[in-house]
Amino acid sequence: MQASISISSCSSSFAPVAPRFVGPPALSYSIGQHRFFRLRKEAFGFCSLNQPCSIPIHEYRMRNRLPGMKITASVSSNGSPSMGFDYDLVIIGAGVGGHGAALHAVEKGLKTAIIEGDVIGGTCVNRGCVPSKALLAVSGRMRELQDEQHLKALGLRVSESGYDRQAVADHANNLASKIRGNLTNSMKALGVDILTGVGAFVGKQKVKYGKVGFMDTEITAKNIIIATGSVPFVPNGIEVDGRTVFTSDHALKLEWIPDWLAIVGSGYIGLEFSDVYTALGSEVTFVEALDQLMPGFDPEIGKLAQRILVNPRKIDHHVGVFAKKITPAKDGKPVIIELIDAKTKEPKDTLEVDAALIATGRAPFTKGLGLENVNVETQRGFVPVNERMEVLDANGNVVPHVYCIGDANGKMMLAHAASAQGISVVEQVCGRDNVLNHLSVPAACFTHPEISFVGLTEPQAREKAEKEGFEISIAKTSFKANTKALAENEGDGLAKLIYKPDTGEILGVHILGLHAADLIHEASNAMAMGMKVQDIKFAVHAHPTLSEVLDELFKSAKVNVAAAVPQPEAVAV
Amino acid sequence: MGLHKKNTNEQFKTDRYWTTNLSPYSVISVIQRKTDGKSWYLVFSATTNSADRAHSRRPRYLSFSVRFFFVMSMPSLLSFNGNSAISFSSAISTSTTRIQCRPILLSTKVRNFSVSAKIREIFMPALSSTMTEGKIVSWIKSEGDRLNKGESVVVVESDKADMDVETFYDGILAAIVVPEGDSAPVGAPIGLLAESEDEIAQAKSQANNNTQSQPRSDSDSDSSPSTPQPAVSAKNVVQQGPRKVVATPYAKKLAKQHKVDIASVTGTGDFGRITPADVEAAAGILPPKKKTIHSIPVVVAETAPLSSKPASLPQIPGSTVVPFTTMQTAVSKNMVASLSVPTFRVGYPMITDALDAFYGKVKPKGVTMTVLLAKAVAMALVQHPFVNASCKNGKSFTYNASVNIAVAVAMDGGLLTPVLQDTDKLDIYLLSQRWKELVGKARAKQLQPHEYNSGTFTLSNLGMFGVDRFDAILPPGQGAIMAVGASKPTVVADGDGFLGVKCKMLVNVTADHRIVYGAELAAFLQTFAKIIENPESLTL
Repeated sequence: MQASISISSCSSSFAPVAPRFVGPPALSYSIGQHRFFRLRKEAFGFCSLNQPCSIPIHEYRMRNRLPGMKITASVSSNGSPSMGFDYDLVIIGAGVGGHGAALHAVEKGLKTAIIEGDVIGGTCVNRGCVPSKALLAVSGRMRELQDEQHLKALGLRVSESGYDRQAVADHANNLASKIRGNLTNSMKALGVDILTGVGAFVGKQKVKYGKVGFMDTEITAKNIIIATGSVPFVPNGIEVDGRTVFTSDHALKLEWIPDWLAIVGSGYIGLEFSDVYTALGSEVTFVEALDQLMPGFDPEIGKLAQRILVNPRKIDHHVGVFAKKITPAKDGKPVIIELIDAKTKEPKDTLEVDAALIATGRAPFTKGLGLENVNVETQRGFVPVNERMEVLDANGNVVPHVYCIGDANGKMMLAHAASAQGISVVEQVCGRDNVLNHLSVPAACFTHPEISFVGLTEPQAREKAEKEGFEISIAKTSFKANTKALAENEGDGLAKLIYKPDTGEILGVHILGLHAADLIHEASNAMAMGMKVQDIKFAVHAHPTLSEVLDELFKSAKVNVAAAVPQPEAVAV
Repeated sequence: MGLHKKNTNEQFKTDRYWTTNLSPYSVISVIQRKTDGKSWYLVFSATTNSADRAHSRRPRYLSFSVRFFFVMSMPSLLSFNGNSAISFSSAISTSTTRIQCRPILLSTKVRNFSVSAKIREIFMPALSSTMTEGKIVSWIKSEGDRLNKGESVVVVESDKADMDVETFYDGILAAIVVPEGDSAPVGAPIGLLAESEDEIAQAKSQANNNTQSQPRSDSDSDSSPSTPQPAVSAKNVVQQGPRKVVATPYAKKLAKQHKVDIASVTGTGDFGRITPADVEAAAGILPPKKKTIHSIPVVVAETAPLSSKPASLPQIPGSTVVPFTTMQTAVSKNMVASLSVPTFRVGYPMITDALDAFYGKVKPKGVTMTVLLAKAVAMALVQHPFVNASCKNGKSFTYNASVNIAVAVAMDGGLLTPVLQDTDKLDIYLLSQRWKELVGKARAKQLQPHEYNSGTFTLSNLGMFGVDRFDAILPPGQGAIMAVGASKPTVVADGDGFLGVKCKMLVNVTADHRIVYGAELAAFLQTFAKIIENPESLTL
């Protein structure tokens, strides 16, 4: 009996899935499209019906619980819930992660709801990546207009450059509302239920939501994804007044341009803001707790970034120091920053600046989620998860049907990583095992020029190589040799490849240079697809393009395996 | 793999030359050259280009891309046995940008020789085949740092890339001969490496000799800029009390660049901090037309080439300085630009009784005197296109297709020139309507660029103030400007010798003599006077 159900459900529920991938996807959101193709391989593998037995039986049961219901859920409508539940999937938090998960869930025929306590789009769209890109677009142009030598070299003359602060701020704000509208519409169009309020666990597979203090609507869900994101992290001793001492949330509003801005933290948030504010006329002082600026980057890239993005600009820095106490400007005094040595904790210096931007990272936003009701304890605020984003309880066991994606789990605090994790979770919920390879998720910093990377840094690769006993090699190319970069007169930059010389496996790619954030995808896609250096080096690149930087990078790698294409005969000198 | 000894290559002026294949596609060559008792070794690798490889072609060695290339030298007492094998590290061929200027290459041999010189010079390496000189981007190590063989010491910018240069030997960086930002020719010493601390002093004196022997322009700075000047800083502490010196990041950078002791600078910025301008003042340099970034509310785009520099005059005490607004800046620029145009002026009196009578008739219909004058000018310009032309580049006439009369209008604290486009083609009633709109927009600061910068001839009227005549400055890009004075009752004698009182108005035209000549301008004024004296034609 059981077996017969399995077989029938298999053919009825999965056969219709395949055409969605074959034809042009009915839902072609620019944000989501590439993801579907990334999943294509798995989807086909599954639909081939060669391995139906790998599908957990309970998954079939779930799908067959409503006899007579139309199983082939149309892409454009939210599915019907499983028996006994209000929803198949409830997502707490409507940031980019929750949005990505919701879209994919509807496509998979799950009845989906998303609980949003603040604004659709979350940090990325409203207070992060999106508005900051608007400001960086402005700062990039300002830099070009102010760089007399650069303009002169191109034969241009600009008599005067200036900007209207409010108009710049409006541009950022308008962009955020536009993208927010797009996200909202995309979910509404698909019929995702958007529930307003904050959500919290009541018990197993049960959440309540509503305004803070009035969370009185309870819903049940077969699966629940926590996607509550993060907020700027402000260390103790720092008093944020939102005017002279502020976080990225305020900095993006661009309410004023201080003459002298201290940026606490030189990660990519700090670095991007230094780009914006120096282009608009501020001088910047970095305060970094670690011994070098930009500690998250590959050291060589960091060093070059310092040479290009810090040293020539009106920026100085203090490294190896903590900002122990920051007092906002008041009573005619400037902002006062007390620095202590990061190691000895001895007082070291005092800075007096016009404003301070706290960019010391982000803290997970997981309070009030009622996690105690499902026996989950956060670790420094992060929700513990395994590699499948399944939430772990206090004893390290998987809490069934509860997942956590994005900044809240702290695995990789990037918008697109959250979205990828969400899609991975939905795949699992639908019975397809899926583990996201975080090493193929690219990251980018949108300074001028941009920095991007995917995979391991050189020290990480060396450590791994030593531990696992393999060799690594490094290849590098410069933007100075690239025609397109030289045509733009933007020859600064470096691309670096870390790979295994014996197999050609790509371990990491790091780029600093013009449009690096767009260039990285050739490498990250290659890594996601498991392509080897010796294969990709035969791919053809249009000339002249910046992509040839990567082309040359792959070609300069020396792999000791026979490539698929026959090598030319050796000829002696 | 061994190196094959080759014949002396004349082209490279080598004393010895070896080459070897690392792989079928790349070659390593070593060139030895003896000059001034020193042996130089140029080591470079060449790789066939990828097109050759992809097409199984025989490598075209003439089109080698030289991947790296460097010069090293050894103390004169060293000699080198060229027949011995040299082992290459496998790292050599992996990279295009990183110079593997591996002393390892030769060091296996070198170490066997007795070294008598303890101080070694670090030379400017040749990072590419085309490089003749290199710029020091930054010294990664500072003087006194201990170096291990293979460590990066300095970053050099070549015509192709920035590259880290590694040390060939263990030792102490005794002296930096070429500081950051300076350039040195390939092969010139850029730093000195001492083997032990004892040699540092010796190396330093050697470095000083080196620097002195080179003609250097910036020798005016203190002989020891790094030593603090206690007297000055102590004085400052007294002046400023316990407050420490606060300088902005850029001020500090400038101070370092111009070798200004930051402690000796008096800060004039907010909270007494030292600003970049303070440092520049202390260094005695005038800020080269400072490019501070202003947030400006409205951008009035009026570009004009600006070449002259205003002489700095002493300021009278008690005066207040108010920076120009954007509009005032634009006016200032245009006025200065006008100095480069050779102009001349022609005046002409005309009787306006008929015009005044005509004005009385059309005034109720909303026509203003400004519009009547503009229309009259336009009609005259149609007959004298020379005056409506402009000289854009000093080499040619530009005949304007339309007659657009710009009319100067005083605005609060500024001056605008709204343009009546196609004044010749429109009737006076339509023009009056246009003019009303333009003035409204000008007051609201909403004029679009084409509404104030498309004029081909400017009209300026100060008659309403009782001014009888004045002289206008020619705006850039136009051929002529007309200054209109007041029309005043004057005793005039007519052709028959009868005296009478008539209203006489003086107009004065300033024109660009490169394109408008005296007779033409006079003819234009004659035509204009005829129209003014027979105003009925204005309605045609």
